[in-house]
Amino acid sequence: MKRQLTTAAVAVVLFTLVLGAGYPLAITAVSQLAFPGAANGSKLTRDGRVVGSRLVAQAFTKPVLDARGRPRHDAAGDALTAPDPRYFQPRPSATGYSATATFFANRGPNSAAARDFYRDALAAYLALERPHDPSLTARAVPVDAVTTSGSGVDPQISIANAHIQAHRVAAVRGIALARVDALVDQSTDGRFAGIAGEPGVNVLELDLALDRSESR
Amino acid sequence: MLQGFVQIGVFFAIVVALAPLLGRYMARVFGGERVALGRVVRPLERTLYRVLRVDPEHSQGWKAYATSLLAFSFVGFLLLYLILRTQSIHPGALNPQGFHSATWDVSFNTVSSFVTNTNWQFYGGETTMTYLSQMAGLAVQNFLSAAVGIAVLVALIRALAARGERTRGAGDAIAAPDGIGSFWVDITRATLYVLAPLSIAGALVLASQGVLQDFSHYLHFTTVTGAASQLPGGPVASQIAIKMLGTNGGGFFNVNSAMPFENPSAFTNWVEMGLMFVIPASLPFTYGRMVANRRQGVAIFGVMLTLLLVSTVVVYVAEQHGTPAQHLAGVSTHAMSGSAGGNLEGKEQRFGIASTSAFTALTTVISCGAVNAALESFTGIGGLVPFADLAYGESVFGGVGTGLYTMLLYVLLAVFLGGLMVGRTPEYLGKKLAARDIKLVTIGTIVTPFAVLVSTTIALATKYGRPSVFASGPQGFSETLYAYMSQANNNGSALAGFTGYVAPNAGNLGAHGITFADLLGGVTMLFGRYVPILVVLAIAGSLVTRRVSPAGLGTMRTDTPTFAFMLGGVVILVGALTFFPALLLGPVVQGLTTRLF
Repeated sequence: MKRQLTTAAVAVVLFTLVLGAGYPLAITAVSQLAFPGAANGSKLTRDGRVVGSRLVAQAFTKPVLDARGRPRHDAAGDALTAPDPRYFQPRPSATGYSATATFFANRGPNSAAARDFYRDALAAYLALERPHDPSLTARAVPVDAVTTSGSGVDPQISIANAHIQAHRVAAVRGIALARVDALVDQSTDGRFAGIAGEPGVNVLELDLALDRSESR
Repeated sequence: MLQGFVQIGVFFAIVVALAPLLGRYMARVFGGERVALGRVVRPLERTLYRVLRVDPEHSQGWKAYATSLLAFSFVGFLLLYLILRTQSIHPGALNPQGFHSATWDVSFNTVSSFVTNTNWQFYGGETTMTYLSQMAGLAVQNFLSAAVGIAVLVALIRALAARGERTRGAGDAIAAPDGIGSFWVDITRATLYVLAPLSIAGALVLASQGVLQDFSHYLHFTTVTGAASQLPGGPVASQIAIKMLGTNGGGFFNVNSAMPFENPSAFTNWVEMGLMFVIPASLPFTYGRMVANRRQGVAIFGVMLTLLLVSTVVVYVAEQHGTPAQHLAGVSTHAMSGSAGGNLEGKEQRFGIASTSAFTALTTVISCGAVNAALESFTGIGGLVPFADLAYGESVFGGVGTGLYTMLLYVLLAVFLGGLMVGRTPEYLGKKLAARDIKLVTIGTIVTPFAVLVSTTIALATKYGRPSVFASGPQGFSETLYAYMSQANNNGSALAGFTGYVAPNAGNLGAHGITFADLLGGVTMLFGRYVPILVVLAIAGSLVTRRVSPAGLGTMRTDTPTFAFMLGGVVILVGALTFFPALLLGPVVQGLTTRLF
């Protein structure tokens, strides 16, 4: 038994050195040399500053102002924000789009709280989009727009969702809908090999492209 | 829907095509034959044996093999516990966020979880674990616990393949008549020839697609609209590759493979599904070759694949339908131009319903436990499938090694039942089964359900189980049942509302564990892992010396569709009969009602 334990101890230490240090360090070295962009978080920059990652959704919000133009706060003292209508909006998030403290929203299939959440999310979506797309009905709102994603930082929205929001973005920015729709198409990732997964529109890439096209 | 079935069909076709190839390779590796990779690996392998002072030609009896296994797991347990409990003094470069250690009870749960190939997680990786803990602690056990599972399987196969006292088995290194192989050789070869090369390839593919692989601080930055935000870092790809390949399932991030930094695209989703599926799918072919009757492996593979496909299709159809809560809120879950519809709550747009369903069915039958969506948000029927998959007790593909040795117990059980039906002494591969063997098989197949039901009952019947439950109504019951099914079967997936650790701040500040859930879960995992392993090794020890008698007219063949059908029936009956009453109370109720709770 004592012999076995000694062998086991040596084996665990050796394997830890090989698999716990050698292996991850070698993978890191190769990754950093061969594909530094991907291995370092697929960061997107504007004017040389990091403004996010193409893989992580972020909020596109603006402060809510009171009558005198000062930011309003909620009961807890946090600044109130609302979706910035100049930008495409990502899917709802239960985590405030945190990439460093992720958790599942865990809304159950038969949960009354989940029903209330969907009802509110649907109403908010329609309130934001319908003024610019009068023919929009609740039945035409795609499901990704009113459900929380798994990660809370789903970087994509469905193509249907993007084309609905395009009406608003075009109207608020005062540019042609066709131009916004073209940008949506450019920011759309298709299925892998035309088969796997679902197509989606990368919101951060799209919004950055919008800002770029306007400043040009 | 058709597109979804095409996705699922193409993926399965690819793996089914690859499995016989890897199966043949592993048969060569564990038969001690030369393989091409040996040129690179052989020197390292020899060095390891020399340092360990292990004679690779020495074959151990089952008790010695079991002792080595337990000693190895015990030391691994101690080292991992030590690493997790000393986070405060980990070097800064490997702990850039300055995390402290989690509490002792959740650490016990976590260590039990990773040593047993469960990877049940009461903690959130990116807010709890230092880079050192992740890569040198958790990821190492991802390799080693997988290697242990493969080793036990290989030992059992050798015992079945041995032709009795006089002759040697198929190409293996059996020197002693009652030897079932060398544990040290088996884990070393499993690690160096199978797990490590595939992990290296997988990790590089994942890192090239956007899975993180660095050691940087979490980056503070300002978003487009001027808000302060953070991006994480860490050696993720190297850990995710082995997390899938070793069917461990423990995510670097709390939301596991739903996190874009762990699973950035539909392509990586296929890579991760492939990594988790490829070894369990190949091992039946390895088995067929090692017992020199490939049809045996094909029959078992056929049963497993059929049950898996049924699971996948049921999840997909159910999830495409949407949930009562969504319909009652007026949300349309039907497909439309530019959206595939379905229950996207807790799911990612890039995977969609079809790839999420395939991932979910795979991760629950395979005993991987990684998830790319929130299981708690699945529909009643879609959520019933993971329960049913766990009820198979790892026999349908199952964890690496673990799955096939569990299935072989079911095979022996089916042989016994068949023998009763035709009134002959049951025999398998020419070896007559004795009363003691069948007793062991029975124990091996019921200990895990026993652990599930007893632990669930203790948690539900006492007030101590209550703080862990998140949802109300039948979902609360489902959470508890699933937690103990998952832990006893060493799966690791969860209805994530169920908690055992409350960490209000990042870095474990002010955190406390729910001691009852942590300890009961940890003990359940250890029990569900080591008792079946000991049973399997004991069976191997008794079968290895059994003489092979020639097949006669009355011998029941075990490589025919008839037997495969019977085997499937035994798996379903044992799983369903054991858990059916419990499943009625949770997911079935939810699937049948549109009431909200």
